Amino acid sequence: MEAAATGFALASLPDTFWAWVLFVIRQYGTLFLTGAGNTLLIAITGTAAGFLIGLLVAIVRTIPLKPSTPQPVRWLVRFGQLLLSIYIEVFRGTPMIVQAMVLYYGSSQLLGWDLSAILAGILIVSINTGAYMAEIIRGGIDSIDRGQTEAAQAIGMNHVKTMVYVILPQAIRNILPATGNELVVNIKDTSVLNVISVTELFFMSKSAAGTYLRYFEVFFVTSVIYLILTFTVTRLLRLLEKKLDGPDNYTIMGSQTTPAGMIHVHHGDGNLAIRGKWGGQA
Amino acid sequence: MTLSHPVSPLPGDAATIIEVVHLSKKFGANEVLRDIDFKVQKGEVVSIIGSSGSGKSTLLRCINLLENPSSGDILHHGESILRGGHRVSEYRTHVGMVFQQFNLFNNMNVLDNCLVGQIRVLGRKPDEARQKALSYLEKVGMAQFMNAKPRQLSGGQKQRAAIARALAMEPEILLFDEPTSALDPEMVGEVLKVMRDLANSGLTMLVVTHEMQFAREVSNRVVFMDKGVIVEDASPEIIFNAPRQERTRVFLDRILERT
Repeated sequence: MEAAATGFALASLPDTFWAWVLFVIRQYGTLFLTGAGNTLLIAITGTAAGFLIGLLVAIVRTIPLKPSTPQPVRWLVRFGQLLLSIYIEVFRGTPMIVQAMVLYYGSSQLLGWDLSAILAGILIVSINTGAYMAEIIRGGIDSIDRGQTEAAQAIGMNHVKTMVYVILPQAIRNILPATGNELVVNIKDTSVLNVISVTELFFMSKSAAGTYLRYFEVFFVTSVIYLILTFTVTRLLRLLEKKLDGPDNYTIMGSQTTPAGMIHVHHGDGNLAIRGKWGGQA
Repeated sequence: MTLSHPVSPLPGDAATIIEVVHLSKKFGANEVLRDIDFKVQKGEVVSIIGSSGSGKSTLLRCINLLENPSSGDILHHGESILRGGHRVSEYRTHVGMVFQQFNLFNNMNVLDNCLVGQIRVLGRKPDEARQKALSYLEKVGMAQFMNAKPRQLSGGQKQRAAIARALAMEPEILLFDEPTSALDPEMVGEVLKVMRDLANSGLTMLVVTHEMQFAREVSNRVVFMDKGVIVEDASPEIIFNAPRQERTRVFLDRILERT
């Protein structure tokens, strides 16, 4: 590019690193924001959908087969379990960037689909996360004491009820850190979707950097945005964990011996504190 | 077939709740139960005693189908529960189980432990279920702890809550699998007292236990098992005072330290 032809623009361009950083933020702020928004959209939707896929897969993969189960049912369950194993192996065993290419171009070439890039992105992240989550959730289910399942069965719950009311609530709490990890990984890994032109943060940054050829400054800003996204998400998940654990205290209700008695028992900080009043004759 | 029939003298009479027929259980090559035959009648309290590894817990778990018998049959009011897998869940609602390790649902407080089966399995209305749950929690002395999570309770409290959970389903028979074996000695008494009260109220109970005094004083019948077979099945007076089998006598002498 000739300096003479674009003399005015060049003259007003920044000359230090921080000046460039401020410049690209001012110039491409909306581009960054749109990119970050799409990144979050794909990562959160993809992780949530992947979580649901993982749940379903894990439930099917843990169906117990007993000798009393009728033969055709056993055959069907085994076949389903085999298909799901293949799904997990394939999607854990290939890079997401390759899956994106195959799915995006394959769906248009073979099936004639005209997926929007964002939808294709969400689809890929969901299926990919589902494969990982299936294994994480299966690990979570395995970590729950066998006695919980037995107790649920002993009061007449079938496999699905046992899972929904007893096992999964405990398993999901246990795998929340791993799920958070998956979300953080997804926020970062959506960047590979730029190969199918999804307008996420990385794609937008590349476009921005190309105009003035300022890759360092632009991607410096990009990395800060990624960091803000992942940090915020991690904190929010930590809060959710706390909330799911429920209160560390409980109230002893009045009984026949102490009709109006109410004692509040705190287990919070390792010290047992008992507060309350005795209404009845103790 | 229901219990509303008058007691008949015919085989498979209505008073027999559970009948175990030629039951065997193998874990691989290891035969844990061999040709077990016995029945439990309505209103009976039957204790199963024997040393560790005698198969008594496995027998109890077979009755609730937590283990699958290798051969033989289990009849519930004369009907096999091993043929046609679809009835298993329904059958289990009639046969309550109390575990050695309590197995309260850790994600629920005491009250919800007693509600979930009633509402989600039996389909009772929440109000009715709550009323029943509270009355059974009162019965085991745990009503004031209904808001507590299992991790906040002592072993004895957990076991009493677990008994209330089983009772809330209003089963025909309650199976106890060494209910006091995981408890600190000081807490055994409170659980045994609850079990005594239940026995006196006419509940049908099948109890695998190491508590000889309980077996002797509370049960109508005592079954002694050794190496996977039933050695002797008789009244507590006979088993404890004048056992017919040498093996029974040796076991009791050892366990009661009266050699």
